Amino acid sequence: MKRRLSAQPGEWIDRTQPIEFRFEGEAFSGFVGDVIASALLANGVQTMGRSFKYHRPRGAYSLAGHDANALFTDGERTHLRGDSEPLAAGMDLRAVNTIGGLKGDLLKWLEILGRFMPVGFYYKTFHRPRWLFPFHERIIRQIAGLGQINRDQAAKASPKEYAWCDVLVVGGGAAGLEAARAAGEAGARVLLVEEQARLGGSWAWQHGGNCDELVEVLAGLPHVEVRCGTVAGGHYADGWVALFDAVRMTKVRAAAVVYANGAIEQPAVFGHNDLPGVLLGSAAQRLVKLYAVKPCDRMVVLAANSDAYGVALDMLDAGVEVAAIADLRPDATPSALAEKIAAAGVPIHSGHAIYAAMPNKKKNGLRGAVVAPLAADGTIDAQRGKEIACDGLVASVGWMPNAALPSQAGVQFAYDEALEQLVPQSYPDGVFVAGRVRGVYDLDAQREDGRVAGLRAAHYAGHGGEVPAPPPLGREALSHSYPIFSHPSKKNFVDFDEDLHLADFVNAHQEGYDSVELLKRYSTVGMGPSQGKLSNMNAMRILAKLNGDTIAATGSTTARPFYQPVPLGHLAGRRFHPMRRTPIHDWHREHGAIFAHAGDWYRPEYYARGDASRDERIVQEAQQVRAGLGIIDVSTLGKLQVSGPDAVELLERLYTGRFKKLPMGRCRYGVALDESGVVIEDGVIARLGEDRFYATTTSSGAAAFYREMLRWAAIWGLDVTLSNVTGQLAAFNLAGPESRDALVALTDLDLRSGPFSYLRVRDGEVAGVRALVMRVGFVGELGYEIHVPAWEGEHVWRTLVAAGARPFGVEAQRLLRLEKGHLIVGHDTDALTYPQEAGLAWAIGKNKRFFVGQRSLQIYAARPVRRTLVGVRWPAGFAGKLPEECNLIMRGGWIAGRITSIAPVSTLGYPLGLAFVEADMAAPGTRVEVRLDDGSTSVAEVTALPFYDPEDERQKL
Amino acid sequence: MKILTCPINGPRPLSEFVFGGEVRSMPVPKQADDAAWADYVFNRSGEPRIQREWWYHSASSTWFIAERDTVSDEIVRTYLWGEEGTA
Repeated sequence: MKRRLSAQPGEWIDRTQPIEFRFEGEAFSGFVGDVIASALLANGVQTMGRSFKYHRPRGAYSLAGHDANALFTDGERTHLRGDSEPLAAGMDLRAVNTIGGLKGDLLKWLEILGRFMPVGFYYKTFHRPRWLFPFHERIIRQIAGLGQINRDQAAKASPKEYAWCDVLVVGGGAAGLEAARAAGEAGARVLLVEEQARLGGSWAWQHGGNCDELVEVLAGLPHVEVRCGTVAGGHYADGWVALFDAVRMTKVRAAAVVYANGAIEQPAVFGHNDLPGVLLGSAAQRLVKLYAVKPCDRMVVLAANSDAYGVALDMLDAGVEVAAIADLRPDATPSALAEKIAAAGVPIHSGHAIYAAMPNKKKNGLRGAVVAPLAADGTIDAQRGKEIACDGLVASVGWMPNAALPSQAGVQFAYDEALEQLVPQSYPDGVFVAGRVRGVYDLDAQREDGRVAGLRAAHYAGHGGEVPAPPPLGREALSHSYPIFSHPSKKNFVDFDEDLHLADFVNAHQEGYDSVELLKRYSTVGMGPSQGKLSNMNAMRILAKLNGDTIAATGSTTARPFYQPVPLGHLAGRRFHPMRRTPIHDWHREHGAIFAHAGDWYRPEYYARGDASRDERIVQEAQQVRAGLGIIDVSTLGKLQVSGPDAVELLERLYTGRFKKLPMGRCRYGVALDESGVVIEDGVIARLGEDRFYATTTSSGAAAFYREMLRWAAIWGLDVTLSNVTGQLAAFNLAGPESRDALVALTDLDLRSGPFSYLRVRDGEVAGVRALVMRVGFVGELGYEIHVPAWEGEHVWRTLVAAGARPFGVEAQRLLRLEKGHLIVGHDTDALTYPQEAGLAWAIGKNKRFFVGQRSLQIYAARPVRRTLVGVRWPAGFAGKLPEECNLIMRGGWIAGRITSIAPVSTLGYPLGLAFVEADMAAPGTRVEVRLDDGSTSVAEVTALPFYDPEDERQKL
Repeated sequence: MKILTCPINGPRPLSEFVFGGEVRSMPVPKQADDAAWADYVFNRSGEPRIQREWWYHSASSTWFIAERDTVSDEIVRTYLWGEEGTA
């Protein structure tokens, strides 16, 4: 660790805990408390990565997680950010985006080809001829970009946490700590999150102080929680903020939020400003103060504010030789700091800029920096430039507020011409901004600003009374209006992530991309992993200059979540889709049921028996119903109770049929439409009393239909009580010619066909349990639908099975109803199907005063019906290929319909199905051509419905 | 995630609610011509405004009206159908 300094006050490293790690195959050591980049720099390793496009060597730049120059992989995780990822023992790291390793990256020649890769070259270069694009795409993907995903790694579930607080403070620097303290002392429940591993922010590395006292105060406040290493990634509606730490995402709901998340130091643009060894001033300070690493031996400082002089002094203290300070300001005001530096013998060149960083022989570090005077118009006078030898070059030319999250929260930032930076202008309720993000840079002022914001936030959340006004901003401009200098023969980088340099912006502008949003998308500035933290501000300055406009008029782009890259695993949700089980679920499972998902429900698809195949079992189960006795669990049906004086009125208005005259003890099939006349529901409605009805709905539509019932009842002001009892009742359909004989011994009901004929409903006992029994015929046989309390369901089911009923699954039921020509709403109908298309015209009550969808049907009635749902069949014993559901029916090369249901095997001995066809193809006997998945054609014959028992004799036995 | 205030159950997260579309008043079906009826059924206003919307609190089966600013996405107030005056 040749660059490690002696112990620094307040350093973050723990010298008692050394750590061994590897980088690009070489062994190194660091300390607990190091980040990857600080440990590598301590070992004198400066080149940490290769750039995105040109594969230029890059090193650490911000030491704060604001750049993406140093990205590493440990073989499992793909993009570890070197300046924020804690060093861990045994890490075996490699740089991303190299071929053949960092040092000998085979792609470094790409830079020489740079002039053939102008801005927007992806759009321009590879699209002609078109057929070559896949080839180009493969090459580009290999060359450009970032790391490789390890496809072999095991999936890991990352926990999700939900949290709540009165005041969320984002940022644990001077302002944030004071805000948390003030809010906490006012009695608010506070959560303080800090992105870095420790609290303090610029307090320690810039102001040379420490925050221990304040941290101790916070520790003594019972309702204040502090989390370090936690990034606030996005701010969403109503104080909903996503927090990310190493292991989890926390979704926190905060009544008020204080953003004290600081400022981001901005780079200067000059020739080869990306060489390893060029650092932000704040990065050099962080290296020295937090990690005790000497950034270089001999340094040139580029200054545009007093902060730079603080950097220079800190470097002198750390034993760095400061070769010169180039100050962009022509007449830098004398200050105590400057005097100290001058006294140390450091030459200060006012009105000078850096023209270029000069690479060493290996081009992986610095040989020197060319310092040149600025002309009166701010351009550089390159002729008079002088190279000063150095191995480090730091720039402190300005700051950008860390505005991404406050902006997402609705804080409006505007450019302050005096401060030459963005400052918050207006705030939404419950969002407060304090410290450097607000433009307050003086330590004492930051603390006061934080305290006030904390009090205001606590007050907003209902704690404390005193609400002082925020203190005024300082007036020293710490940011330079245009720290951008063009070296014509070198690359002057503006966006390191995307390898964009000044010329790219000039070219894009010449091509007409003169608005900030267009420029961003064309050049991709700010779209790399660091999200424009170091490039957006300079891009705005460049564009404003190119347009001859103000920065205020140029505007800025939107900073969207997430503020920092987030591992996808943190976002990936666990499967959280609760499935419903019927009361008989366990019995089904014990008896070989193969379950299928049906909406929210598990339903037995069929019951496996011996070696029989799925298709064989389905037909066997169906044949048992046709020939003898079957039973199916239909507990998934929606079950709604409708009662009250206006119950019948509600049903009249919701269903197409008539219910006023439906006698007590009778059921009727009902169809419901939406307002456009489309079929949305069907079911059976039973009248149990004058004002009491029981309606079943489709399994998947129950919740939505119940919801619509409630809404219409409210709109119409009807006196009805609606209950969705779907889960309270189990229901079985006992079906088959033997069903009466089987049931008669188990019930007190008179099952004779006279008193209990088709479509009647009775209230009685079945297997000793109170039951509602309806004679309905979905499967086309004599049958009883038996509804009993859910907790009695298994008993009744077992009793019926013991009486000889063979269970059948939902597939057999689908086959049986298909043979009977019954459609399933949502399966055989779609979002445009109105009753006349689906053979449901009979279910529409004539001369009704009103029902939902009626007026739309009147409009339809004036037009011809364009398509019709018909039966289709193939010959008995057909051995050819059959269509799948949704295969298209073709006529003369055009789509003329589609298969909606298909049964390859049926109890009738031939394949059959339902299909939509154009109206003129609906006559029985019409032959239709179905295009199969493989492109071949299968010919079917349109058949009158139903296929089975056209006289409906069997269900009425 | 937004918070919506159910008039019965108070402020709850948006995931507990189902959106029911903007509040429209049905023209008298027998008096509306086809064009007016189709306009009612199919067309929705996209104009920036305080919009009255139907919302349904699933957990308690409560329909209510929310007045929402479609520009700022702020919920201005919520009330039960027919209780606009008392909200």
